[in-house]
Amino acid sequence: MTMAVAGTETNKGFIDVRDMGVTFGANDDKVVAVENVSLNVQPGEFVSLIGPSGCGKSTLLSIVAGFVKPTLGEARLDGKAITKPGSDRGVVFQQYSLFPWLSVRKNVEFGLKMAGVDQSKRNTTARALLDLAGLLSFENHYPDQLSGGMKQRIGIVRALATSPQVLLMDEPFGALDTQTRVVMQEILTNIWQQFKISVLFITHDIEESIFLSDRIYVMTARPGRIKAEIKVPLPRPRRAEMTDTPEFMNLVQELKGLIREESLAAMAPEIKDRGLSGFGMKVGPKGVGEIF
Amino acid sequence: MGSLASAKIVALPMVEKHSVPEPAVAAVKPPAAEISATGATANASAPVAVAEIPVPEPEPVPTVSLTKVLRSLLAKITRERIITAALACISIGALFLFWYLGTKYRLEFYIRFKNVPTPYEVYQQLTQVGLSNKYLVNIAISVRRILLGFFIALSIGVPLGLAIGKYQRVRDLFMPVVEIMRPIPAIAWVPMSIMLWPNNEASIVFITFIGAFFPILLNTIHGVHSLDGVLIRAARCLGASEFRLFLNVILPGSLPHIFTGLAVGMGVAWVSLIAAEMISGQFGVGYFTWEAYSLVDYPAIVLGMITIGFLGLACSGIIRMVGSLLMPWLAFAPGGKR
Ligand SMILES: Nc1ncnc2c1ncn2[C@@H]1O[C@H](COP(=O)(O)OP(=O)(O)OP(=O)(O)O)[C@@H](O)[C@H]1O
Ligand SMILES: [Mg+2]
Repeated sequence: MTMAVAGTETNKGFIDVRDMGVTFGANDDKVVAVENVSLNVQPGEFVSLIGPSGCGKSTLLSIVAGFVKPTLGEARLDGKAITKPGSDRGVVFQQYSLFPWLSVRKNVEFGLKMAGVDQSKRNTTARALLDLAGLLSFENHYPDQLSGGMKQRIGIVRALATSPQVLLMDEPFGALDTQTRVVMQEILTNIWQQFKISVLFITHDIEESIFLSDRIYVMTARPGRIKAEIKVPLPRPRRAEMTDTPEFMNLVQELKGLIREESLAAMAPEIKDRGLSGFGMKVGPKGVGEIF
Repeated sequence: MGSLASAKIVALPMVEKHSVPEPAVAAVKPPAAEISATGATANASAPVAVAEIPVPEPEPVPTVSLTKVLRSLLAKITRERIITAALACISIGALFLFWYLGTKYRLEFYIRFKNVPTPYEVYQQLTQVGLSNKYLVNIAISVRRILLGFFIALSIGVPLGLAIGKYQRVRDLFMPVVEIMRPIPAIAWVPMSIMLWPNNEASIVFITFIGAFFPILLNTIHGVHSLDGVLIRAARCLGASEFRLFLNVILPGSLPHIFTGLAVGMGVAWVSLIAAEMISGQFGVGYFTWEAYSLVDYPAIVLGMITIGFLGLACSGIIRMVGSLLMPWLAFAPGGKR
């Protein structure tokens, strides 16, 4: 996948995270969120990060976005250490993050306005992007007049307006229903192919990660480490029908196995801490198996 | 598949965004023109095209025609609105009826209507004294004091509130003083204010200011705090500098709360103004009312009260109107405007 991009001059958008460690709090409330994580996203590559809840996926993304400073290690974009947020990295959040006081078009224009682009240029760019998202006819609506899927589509093109080198997406479709999700995934692939932009995509959804990605990192339960790195050799462009092919199914099975182990591991400490009697049950002679 | 991929590569160099290091103005220009171009080619070639997305029908653009305008006006007279208007008439009518009957039969049951003027007497007062110069000058002076005090409170309260809400250190510095001063009612400032300011006019404006200031300040702070953090993060990664963040995110984001503060502040400003005028004033509607009492001019007392009521109503009406003009998006906000 990166080969196609190498032919063009777009060799930007290389994310490199090395030996990253993040600890929140101090002393007794110390939480090691992420430990010894190294990962990269090649220019133009679509990479997913998948793992159990609370394993530090959002934390990792916040570091690349520049909102959080790592305790150990560092994150680099095209060789430059990331220290603060900037418009070279577009971010799409899980929560709807459109400015409710701005019309749809003004939302998309926001980044350009911050960059000092003049009104007519902003206008043309925003309209072109809205057209791409299929929402041009809603340019003068306010975000509160739109459905969740529309808001996220606008969130995506808003992040693209400043021509960032990378797009960071934190479970952007998490709040959407399955049907909308599938459509959104196709739109996203479409946009990604046109922009040839690097994407770091966080998700809970195994099928989603396979459908979208070139590569998938699986994280362990907290403290989050990289458990496995899986290449997705499915051809592009991806279509909804591909989810029924044996190759796709096999990948799903493989990932399910990896994640199941971790989800159990993520729950186990809590269960251990509370003690089984905490559930109002007695541990029988056959041990835990009897209860589950 | 292969031909598709190569077609993509051919189309790609058109998007030159990566050739410019900074995504600023220069970098943005090329894609602006080309997004539509690439979009068109992609739609033609890629099977998974944007066109497949089920997009809801856009709302039809209304064309201007007389019948339509009339019909839309008629449509506004809904059952709901008629009921609302009828109930408003009933409630105001009941108040007048109570007043009228009370004064007509000179009711005496604990409250005494003996000296209360009838509605007609007040109406006569309005037509005689009411439109005299003295009365209008009093109104003008009160309005000027209100506007001065209120706008000074607004122009200090809103920026200070934004800064206190945003920066912990500013908060630490100002909040102790605010917490001590806030419980002191504006009326309690009257003696101090007379000592403090060189003339009567300034001291009354000051008291009005004090009345309006704290509601505006506190609501602005609250507005900043209730702003969703994800919006600030979104603005930051869209390249907003600190100053632009204030202007483009924090200010509009807190605007609904600021307007709540303005409405409350305006109310308290009137209370403070009338009290100050009654105690220390020359001129003003409060003074007019108090003077009428001293001169045993009962109809003028009621006229003064009604005037104050109308002025207060007009001021809060203006604030609400400006609010809905400045914040059109609130009409669609979940939970609505009411
Ligand atoms: N600001 C913070 N202060 C303290 N602890 C934090 C903070 N942010 C995150 N954590 C902790 O770090 C861990 C990782 O959080 P993070 O939000 O990155 O998880 P996640 O993988 O995104 O989970 P989910 O899939 O549920 O969104 C969690 O245990 C969380 O409690
Ligand atoms: Mg998360």
